[in-house]
Amino acid sequence: MTASMEISLDVNGERVEAHVLPRLNLADFLREHLKLTGTHVGCEHGVCGACTVRVNGEIVRSCLMLAVQTHGASVETIEGLSDSGEIADLQAAFRDRNALQCGFCTPAMLMAAQDLLKQHADPDREQIREHLSGNYCRCTGYQAIIDAVETTARLRMGHQP
Amino acid sequence: MKASAFSYARATSVVNALELLVAHGDKAKVLSGGQSLMPAMNLRLISPELIVDIGEIAELRGIAVRGDVLCIGALTRHVDLLRSPEIAAYVPLLKEAVAHVAHPAIRNRGTLGGSLAHADPASELPACMVALNATIIVRGQAGERRIAAENFFTGIYETALSAQELLISVELPVAQKNSRHFFHEFARRHGDYALVGLAAQAIVEGDVFADLRMAFFAVGDRPVLAKAAKKLVNVALTPAVLSDASTALGEEIDPQEDHQASASMRRHLAKVLLRRCTSELLGRPDLSARGPV
Repeated sequence: MTASMEISLDVNGERVEAHVLPRLNLADFLREHLKLTGTHVGCEHGVCGACTVRVNGEIVRSCLMLAVQTHGASVETIEGLSDSGEIADLQAAFRDRNALQCGFCTPAMLMAAQDLLKQHADPDREQIREHLSGNYCRCTGYQAIIDAVETTARLRMGHQP
Repeated sequence: MKASAFSYARATSVVNALELLVAHGDKAKVLSGGQSLMPAMNLRLISPELIVDIGEIAELRGIAVRGDVLCIGALTRHVDLLRSPEIAAYVPLLKEAVAHVAHPAIRNRGTLGGSLAHADPASELPACMVALNATIIVRGQAGERRIAAENFFTGIYETALSAQELLISVELPVAQKNSRHFFHEFARRHGDYALVGLAAQAIVEGDVFADLRMAFFAVGDRPVLAKAAKKLVNVALTPAVLSDASTALGEEIDPQEDHQASASMRRHLAKVLLRRCTSELLGRPDLSARGPV
């Protein structure tokens, strides 16, 4: 059974069929098999959050999920969210606020921030920090990121930033 | 790092999972939410030959109230506990504790059964089970065993669960109307493992504890149900009584030293939590006043 297994899943709305080894994690499957390299691999044990993707609509660590576990699932990566325009305003706010820092955490920060904004339209800064707390990587600060998320929330509510 | 090679089987039922576990013994590992198992495999701390994925077994999911008992299936995820109206109403301690477990993306995958079977002495849910006097139900091919949470955790990452058994569910007594709870942990950052934590469940009559179960975590090789709490039950609480209990707690626990904290720091923080918990549950701010701890 260490042989490869057949999986069939949706990735960013497209059907994907593949043969994968059980040991292959979802992050490596996305990056190396599908060349979706917006999903970053940092610590590979669930701490840095850089590999965050959506599976069946919920954010997860793709380094802590096996590709074989996504059989039948719907996976969305930063490429999907970006191409569909779902987070265009959030991306613009990150640009405006210079919220990229070194940039390694950015795709997953956007993932986590969008997840928060879908659940809470009007989060306060403490809630933003708490929701992004799983994405602290190796930089520090993160204030501009909090600003960008807060600004996006306000604009989506129809307020001035 | 990457996990070493392994075989993978998707169990279709509890019976099927048990067949696989019996056939492969301790060469197999059960995959639930994977939020502790996968890091351990990626770091090559463990290299099982077979992964038995129980994630699709629907009968292990769900939260149900049966009389004065709340039953939670092993595959119930942290996020399910956090959002459940039954948990909020009947075991509010658990809801409060889950908010401290890691981060949203982890809570979307991590499961109650996985956390209990993993038995990290610094994690929140094992201590909650001890404080709440939970019964942990495990099943093997010979039948079911019902194990009191106090007896389930036997050491660092060690439990009473054998390699041929599966954790099925937990049963928790529903909180009575004069029940109160306390949860607090000290951690370097929100979501990190605790330096020291306390989950407590009490019954308060007037201004006296009729019952008090204090389960400390990250102060030993398993959650510790503090015997010192007995000194606080059925007595009029005075600073002297509290000091006595605090001293007893310090002697009772044997915290480990690591890169995060020394043993004496952990002992001190545990005493601080004992004091805060007592003060908060009885509504006695005078007891939390800074004194010798």
